[in-house]
Amino acid sequence: MSESPARLNVTPHKDIAVVEFTENKILDEMSVSEIERALAALLEARDRPKILLDFANVDHLTSAALGMLININNRIKQQNGQLRLANIRPQIMEVFMITKLNRLFRILGTRAEALANFE
Amino acid sequence: MQTFTGRDGRAPLDDSLRFIIPSDYYEGRAIQKRILEEVEKHHFNEEATFAIKLALEEALINAIKHGNKLDRTKKVRIQARVTDEEAEITIEDEGPGFERTSVPDPTTEENLERLHGRGILLMEAYMHIVTWSNRGRRVRMVRRNNGLAGDNRPPA
Repeated sequence: MSESPARLNVTPHKDIAVVEFTENKILDEMSVSEIERALAALLEARDRPKILLDFANVDHLTSAALGMLININNRIKQQNGQLRLANIRPQIMEVFMITKLNRLFRILGTRAEALANFE
Repeated sequence: MQTFTGRDGRAPLDDSLRFIIPSDYYEGRAIQKRILEEVEKHHFNEEATFAIKLALEEALINAIKHGNKLDRTKKVRIQARVTDEEAEITIEDEGPGFERTSVPDPTTEENLERLHGRGILLMEAYMHIVTWSNRGRRVRMVRRNNGLAGDNRPPA
């Protein structure tokens, strides 16, 4: 299986998988399930997965994407892994704040900060 | 040709965009694109454009998926009126409807990890007016082309 499935670009950094969304727009209803499947495959291949989701390319997202992120976060926790989010632009960050999901996820400003935040 | 009847049973104003589509994501996306072209034409600012795009997507998904359960024989009716001042969008499905007050608040501690239920919150946060009628099958949303909107937005 490819490490970089459609819609995602996965780069290893030590034991951390850095995941970029390759399509600059939209984590919308149609793309969300494909992304979720790809992330789930990434988790299956790892014990105690450490995943950094880099949102640099994301300029739009919807509630479907938020549900998917919660699901992935739960799976990572079940596997005793860690999830960090980084590079979220202000408009998207506001969506996390309105939904109060900034309390649920560990969100860091930059990729470097997020990488340093793993335990 | 299918005709669209406005929310009061009257024909809509001539400057409205009107669509009737089957319950299909691709059809919904085409409508989104068309309405957002109109928003762009009227020079909405970036913040208002983001708000409309998000609320429109959530409302269409609500109608197609949660209302009509992806049943292509059931239609979604969309009406959009965009001026330089505001965008008014009405979306109606043919599903069983729902009671707005029965949707749990997804921002409470016990609901924070629920996978669903944030679409309505986002629509109401990003649009100036959101009203539900016809037992929850019809939503009317208005976004003015100016600064901040919504009561649910956190303080800056």
